[in-house]
Amino acid sequence: MTGKPKLALYWAASCGGCDIAVLAIDDKILEVANLFDIVLWPVAIDAKVRDIERLADGSIDVCLFNGGIRNSEQEYMARLLRAKAKVLVAFGSCAHEGCIPGLANANSRDEIFQYVYKDSPSVDNPQGLVPVPDFEVPEGTLHIPVFYDTLKTLDQTVPVDYYLPGCPPEAENIWTAVQAVAAGLAGAPLPPTGTVLGAQTTVCDECKRTRTEKKIKVFKRVWEILPNETECLLEQGLVCCGIATRGGCGALCPVVNSPCIGCHGPNEGVQDFGARMISALASVIDSDNPAEIDHIIEQGIPDPLGTFYRFSLAHSLLRRTKLGNGNGAAQHAAVPAGRTA
Amino acid sequence: MSDTFEPKIVAFLCNWCSYRAADLAGTSRIKYEPNVRMIRVMCSGRVDPTFVLKAFALGADGVMIAGCHPGECHYLEQNYKAMRRYHLLRHTLRSMGMEENRVRLQWASAAEGAQLAVAINDMIEKVRALGPLNWSSNWNENGHRLEALEKMAQEHAEAMEVPA
Repeated sequence: MTGKPKLALYWAASCGGCDIAVLAIDDKILEVANLFDIVLWPVAIDAKVRDIERLADGSIDVCLFNGGIRNSEQEYMARLLRAKAKVLVAFGSCAHEGCIPGLANANSRDEIFQYVYKDSPSVDNPQGLVPVPDFEVPEGTLHIPVFYDTLKTLDQTVPVDYYLPGCPPEAENIWTAVQAVAAGLAGAPLPPTGTVLGAQTTVCDECKRTRTEKKIKVFKRVWEILPNETECLLEQGLVCCGIATRGGCGALCPVVNSPCIGCHGPNEGVQDFGARMISALASVIDSDNPAEIDHIIEQGIPDPLGTFYRFSLAHSLLRRTKLGNGNGAAQHAAVPAGRTA
Repeated sequence: MSDTFEPKIVAFLCNWCSYRAADLAGTSRIKYEPNVRMIRVMCSGRVDPTFVLKAFALGADGVMIAGCHPGECHYLEQNYKAMRRYHLLRHTLRSMGMEENRVRLQWASAAEGAQLAVAINDMIEKVRALGPLNWSSNWNENGHRLEALEKMAQEHAEAMEVPA
């Protein structure tokens, strides 16, 4: 064994982009390997969970955990790594706020299983089989993880020390964070627990477009207009989430003429991303007439959940849609015609 | 104690009209049901949607936002902002499966103590008919979770070691 600090990386309910993002720091990855002894990284090295279980508590120095908690195995790993790691970092949007997998909180487990294993056009499942956590075979009982009704974020599962925003986090920010943590382990002061390691400002602050007074009569969808490249996208009628979103990305999307969708999560001090968007958009809707306001909203924002909570539903104040009777119907009613499968 | 469900309603009342309406109801001995918890804010335009969502997340069964009538805002037009926020919030809550009657925007001038009392009673009655919201139960239901977690540790301990 070397005397280097130990690093673990883990992947729960996420797309894998965060692991790719770690590699996007290019040749500095070699420096990470110089700085740290990597004890677990399923996508890159062969290490066993059993080896981690045998480590003493607190013996891993840093764990970068990406992905939300979708099932019991992921919760088990989150608890295990929390116990073993001195510093646990919620790495990327999924671990931080649920991200796209968290949008499944708009449905229950039964609804998800119904679609994924039965109704989806690409499924051939004549017996209508769905996974069950316990299954009897002659050799004994087979267990698979329990799939949860509600996806949880990492900090809804175990205490988290730091957050790294982004879907996925930017390479420069990853490198800055790794260096900060490495310096912290060497004795430098670490940021206070709970800090989001990133910019403290909004995407609008980094956006070079010109802004004047916003007055919006019609919200447009991205495919409806070709926006000009100099004027604020929100003023052109596109729902741009830059106003509520933490910067640090250099306004990547507005630079290429596409509205911000909020992947960096809520800016500092914002508790609920969707509420901040609602608040901000209400200020720019150009009408004082209730019927007209409803019309503007219903025409322009047919999917408020997917627009305001695309990345943060699981971490929002309400966390999910209502479970239970009748909700399925309410959900479908909320989806405008032509957008269902 | 009766067995009927007593809803908890959080009401945000603006300082200049609606809170005075509630005061007037009090001094006029107009009764309304005690299910409402009033919070005075300077203006209905101060009511951030976060407040409403937080009230629901913490156990409110309904939320009322009350302010001056349109055109009569002490801060000129902030009640219009409150109105637009309310419409956008209602649109969003609908897609979350929340019943319409759990959130209400109510205009009440300082002279309308009686009208405010009627509106409060009306809302309480509608929310009582809907039953408890208990929103946090929606996310606490991950069934068989602890059992599965225990099983996993046990299985790892029992699993056969495969020599390298």
